[in-house]
Amino acid sequence: MADKTHQTPKHLTGEQVKDIDENIAWAKINADVLRSMENPRRGYWVAMFISVTLFAIMIYAEIFQYMFGMGPAGLNTSHMWDLYISTFVFWIGMSHSGTLLSAILHIVHADWRKPIYRFAEAMTTFSLMTAGIFPIIHLGRVWNFYWVMPYMSDRGLWPNFRSPLIWDAFAISTYLTSSILFLYIGMIPDLAICRDNAQGWRKTLYSWLSLGWRGDDAQWRSFRVTYLLIACFLIPLAVSVHSIVSMDFAMSIMPGWHVTTFPPYFVAGALYSGCAAIITLFILLRYFFAFEHFMTFPILDKVCKLTFVIAMVWTYLNLVEFASVWYGHDIPSKEVLLAKANGPYSPFFWAMMFFGSVLPFFLLSKWIRRNMVVLFFVSVFLNVGMWLERWMIVTPTLSLGYHPQGFNVMWPGWVEWAIVGGSFGWFGMLFLIFVKVFPSVSMYEVKEMVFHRKRIVYEHVDEVMNMHAGVPGPEPRTTPTPQNTGGS
Amino acid sequence: MVDHHKKRIVKTKRLLGLFGDFDAAFEVIADIRRYRVPGLTVDDVTLKSPIEHPEIEDVLGERPSNIPKFAFWGGLFGLVFGFLFLASAQANFLAQPSGGKPIITIPSNIVLAYEMMILFGVLATLMGFIIGAKLMRKSEGLYDTAITVDQIGIVIEVAEEQEHPLKALFAKHHVIEVHEETLI
Repeated sequence: MADKTHQTPKHLTGEQVKDIDENIAWAKINADVLRSMENPRRGYWVAMFISVTLFAIMIYAEIFQYMFGMGPAGLNTSHMWDLYISTFVFWIGMSHSGTLLSAILHIVHADWRKPIYRFAEAMTTFSLMTAGIFPIIHLGRVWNFYWVMPYMSDRGLWPNFRSPLIWDAFAISTYLTSSILFLYIGMIPDLAICRDNAQGWRKTLYSWLSLGWRGDDAQWRSFRVTYLLIACFLIPLAVSVHSIVSMDFAMSIMPGWHVTTFPPYFVAGALYSGCAAIITLFILLRYFFAFEHFMTFPILDKVCKLTFVIAMVWTYLNLVEFASVWYGHDIPSKEVLLAKANGPYSPFFWAMMFFGSVLPFFLLSKWIRRNMVVLFFVSVFLNVGMWLERWMIVTPTLSLGYHPQGFNVMWPGWVEWAIVGGSFGWFGMLFLIFVKVFPSVSMYEVKEMVFHRKRIVYEHVDEVMNMHAGVPGPEPRTTPTPQNTGGS
Repeated sequence: MVDHHKKRIVKTKRLLGLFGDFDAAFEVIADIRRYRVPGLTVDDVTLKSPIEHPEIEDVLGERPSNIPKFAFWGGLFGLVFGFLFLASAQANFLAQPSGGKPIITIPSNIVLAYEMMILFGVLATLMGFIIGAKLMRKSEGLYDTAITVDQIGIVIEVAEEQEHPLKALFAKHHVIEVHEETLI
């Protein structure tokens, strides 16, 4: 048994200590990533089948709702929002992962993000595209969705710019546009690699999308400045987007929603669910595309620790919110809080508390961080907790508002569940198509990571060798180091 | 008609030298800086690489970028335009009574103008990138797919008398391959 473990490469057993093997040849990086776009493992097709099936069920449910109205979904006074808006908030939250991993860690020069930021950025874009569906679906009259756009109607009326719902439309469309551009610009050098290696329709597609990228020094300089500037735009934008989503609730006077800590609480929750989703997709992509060389255990460790830290911030803000209500002596808000803990929704509330605040401690176990199957389920249940959190914000308040005649317990109908489940299919389908058509690991950034790390190691080794040989300082290199050939 | 009295260098060829790593390519550029090839300066050099080298400015010198200006002016335009757009829409108060509240609502307009600032800032940055990086233009030729794998290319336009000294310089620094094309 022990012999067998020793024969297995370190990147498969979890004994690897470096984020990446800096001796990996640059040509192999290209070859591995390009191969992933051609021949995924069978699990990829299984995931695609599940996603398409869920999406088809969603389409059926939406057509049913379109034909028969909002009743089959279970929506009625006073429950006008329920799962649709809860799930909208959940998907907006998921979108924050790309910004965190890509923009924030880029600015602080955390280079371990490089092999995994591309799919996190894609996740941002597709989460937003999924989130955008829900406000439209919950309207009922879906054909009137464009009323939210800032234009003057034929009666000379504009949308109410004082409403946070209009702020949502502005913020989400800006975030979607910016995150698509951020994803696309970061991908241009990789699209040039694809162009140079593709044939047929792929060659045409990549030639168009790479915009004539040739790797000139002027192009790289412009690229660096542009990427940094858009990252700087994106970080405050992401914070503002989820703050605005929280204001959909906090600007109202409903008990349990009118809380000043909602914006930071929502942003922390967004980062939390985004990080948990990164772990889930990390494990799936590592398996689907045999990315063990790029998506390594040490990088997974860092993502898990980051998730744990954010989980603790979220827990703290959650407790602050409870304390604010408890000590605020606003009776209706207090009743909603107590009803969450011991009312009809209490099993979901306590499940949320367990998945959101207790389960993250499992991430501290190295055994769990090395066990892909267990970690996969932990990450999924973290997000179940985050989804429950959004449900527990929306529904208990609506079931216990200010008007006693509006007190009622509402359970979602099959249409609502089907549309919520189908949204995961829609997201999964978009994401799986993306990773098949575009490189899900940034080839040029992995090369940069390897280049810098190898250079630092070599210079350090030179220094130590010189010290041992009695040479005062590092000597200038006269022969080129084989930095991009894997040391061969 | 050729002017025989004027001494000016007519570039006749474009050369692309491919190197195995940055060090070799940087040494070629350092020699060009030392005027080892008469008439060639570092401003004539275009470096093509699979990644961006962090010390490239030490070798090629500062080449400033206008993209931050695009970002600034784009963001400023978005902020001002966003606010004016909202204010002009709200000024239509005869059709849309505000019920005693301010006609132009500063706090909510700040939120929306902020979003517009970011949107236009990002769009202007993208425009600056396309212009600054000379993207979406007709290709200037001389390219090798090895550049997107692991090799570093140096592209220089040369006059007839500079061709051989430059090729010798390339050879001195272990060039892997040289491509050339005639300009005139």
